[in-house]
Amino acid sequence: MAIAEIQGQSTEDVRPPVRLFRNLNAKIASIPMIMTAVFVFIGCTVWTIVHSFTKSRLLPKLDFVGLDQYERLWGTRRWLVSIENLAIYGICSLVLSLVIGFTLAALLDRKIRFENTFRTILLYPFALSFIVTGLVWQWILNPDFGIQSVVRGWGWESFTFDPLYNPDIVIFGILIAGIWQGSGFIMVVMLAGLRGIDEEIWKAARVDGIPTWKTYIFVVIPMMRPVFVTALVLITSGIVKVYDLVVAQTSGGPGIASEVPAKYVYDKMFQAQNLGQGFAASTMMLLSVVIILIPWAYLEFGGKKRG
Amino acid sequence: MGYTSENLAEIAIDTPQTLAEPSVRIKNLDLNFGSVKVLQNLNLDVGKGEFLVLLGSSGCGKSTLLNCIAGLLDVSGGQIFINGKNVTWSEPSERGIGMVFQSYALYPQMTVEGNLSFGLKNARIPKEEIAKRVARAAEILQIEPLLKRKPSALSGGQRQRVAIGRALVRDVDVFLFDEPLSNLDAKLRADLRVEIKRLHNQLDNTMIYVTHDQVEAMTLADRIAIMKGGKIQQLAAPGEIYNRPVNKYVAGFIGSPSMNFLQGNIQTGDTDVFLSGDVSIPLAGYAFDGLGRSPGKAWLGIRPEHILTGAEAEAAPFNTQAVIEIVEPMGSDTLVWTQLAGERIRIRMDGQSDVREGDTITIGFHAERVSLFDEATENRI
Repeated sequence: MAIAEIQGQSTEDVRPPVRLFRNLNAKIASIPMIMTAVFVFIGCTVWTIVHSFTKSRLLPKLDFVGLDQYERLWGTRRWLVSIENLAIYGICSLVLSLVIGFTLAALLDRKIRFENTFRTILLYPFALSFIVTGLVWQWILNPDFGIQSVVRGWGWESFTFDPLYNPDIVIFGILIAGIWQGSGFIMVVMLAGLRGIDEEIWKAARVDGIPTWKTYIFVVIPMMRPVFVTALVLITSGIVKVYDLVVAQTSGGPGIASEVPAKYVYDKMFQAQNLGQGFAASTMMLLSVVIILIPWAYLEFGGKKRG
Repeated sequence: MGYTSENLAEIAIDTPQTLAEPSVRIKNLDLNFGSVKVLQNLNLDVGKGEFLVLLGSSGCGKSTLLNCIAGLLDVSGGQIFINGKNVTWSEPSERGIGMVFQSYALYPQMTVEGNLSFGLKNARIPKEEIAKRVARAAEILQIEPLLKRKPSALSGGQRQRVAIGRALVRDVDVFLFDEPLSNLDAKLRADLRVEIKRLHNQLDNTMIYVTHDQVEAMTLADRIAIMKGGKIQQLAAPGEIYNRPVNKYVAGFIGSPSMNFLQGNIQTGDTDVFLSGDVSIPLAGYAFDGLGRSPGKAWLGIRPEHILTGAEAEAAPFNTQAVIEIVEPMGSDTLVWTQLAGERIRIRMDGQSDVREGDTITIGFHAERVSLFDEATENRI
């Protein structure tokens, strides 16, 4: 009993401490982040959605006009082109980033020499900003200075490669730059995943006589599901917000051929003094993300519990 | 004669199992990792249906040797034969081996059935044949109820059974085990050990089994190869290794608790004696024949279980008084620490003995239980 008193404990029955005050330091430390989440993310989102139903122009005004902004949005050719471009860019970028990133990672994982050098070279574009990447590729793809002029200089006079000046394929010119910058990072994520695969799995597959490519497809890739989910989230968020690459390479041109939704939102809000229209467009972007995100989140985290 | 790693090839040929055509033959095998020589000029014959255990502490090259046999590592020199066929440069799948790994290495996204049949499907074996082999393996290993489950829904012991099953369905003559029980808890390990022994009796395949656990080695093996530094130190039946270790390393490695060693001199004359400090141990009746040739500095080894106490000790040719320093009761046995000729030694006593620290007891042993090792070469005298 004396010992208990020395340690500052009561020898009588005690009530459990108040729950609210448990781990108090951690709770206090997380207040700023909670505030940010509530006011910036949720608050501003709700505010934007509400104002997308108004006819705000230069300044936000609660002057409701129902779905007028949305009707106008979907009647604008520029928006439709933006959506189409985003779809093409998104699907191609997603597939190519995953395929190229995984292939590079798989090649690097075959115990090659100078692995560190290759990894650095391939990851280097990721260290550049989109503006720099965009400018570099604008030069490379420029018909008068870039690839086209080099090949013509070799004597192939009729060679034509000018994606940034051809409205039909301009989005693929932007795609090249996007892939060049992004796939190195995806490669690193994939490489980390591949390194996590038990060496003995590979040995077992060799003893079983499974060819390397089959082992990748039927054994290793299914094991890397969490890594693919991570890569998918990273790539998708990059796709939805693509903006600076377009501005640096084409400014949306030729004409409106390489417009993207994020650029539409920015231009309406800050160039055309048409806040209502910008809000409506950004709400549509949010909606599309939510439509993709919710079923995925439900599949991944809801449904059955994982052990 | 001295049993050293240099003349092991002779010993291997002397052993009856290898007189028949060997199932696995390794000739002058070398393996280097860069400038590090992991295996050097290694020779080994494994008889048909033999259970050979490669035993050694980590880094001794035992797993490396197994991987060479499996074809998972490219050798730097030498030849490997399996069933008389030179497979030195064959793919693992073409060697006629099945392998079981420490981490089970099951394909996690496939069911048990998928794991068993994946390799067979890939080899374009007819469906009925696959079904037959899977059913047989499942029956032998008693994993029929688990066939539709994924590995994540299995316990460690069940997973290792499935891994053994994956080797079984390959219908091969040689099974390779790479520390298959090391990831299991003690009780499961004992169960599965018996299971593997039963499997060997039932199938009569050649099995090569890598472990660092001497209990597994002693209980499972027809022959044990004790490895150190990329060389086989001794290759013999478990009893032989226990009773006639070729050198001090093997003597200290096998047996738990391990052998006691005393440093001293052998004096030959009318009566051979081993002198260590003020203790003189008569060597009359020493079980091996090298005494006359190498008098001089030596180690004397005596296993804790061969040191007698009480009346038995008094009747032994060598006995002395010893003060007990520490008593470790282990239930079935009691381990007692004491001093002999200035060395701390262990004695294994009956679990029921009620000795206490500070007691003085009589200890003694017979010379035929003793092993002597040359101090310089550490080889048996």
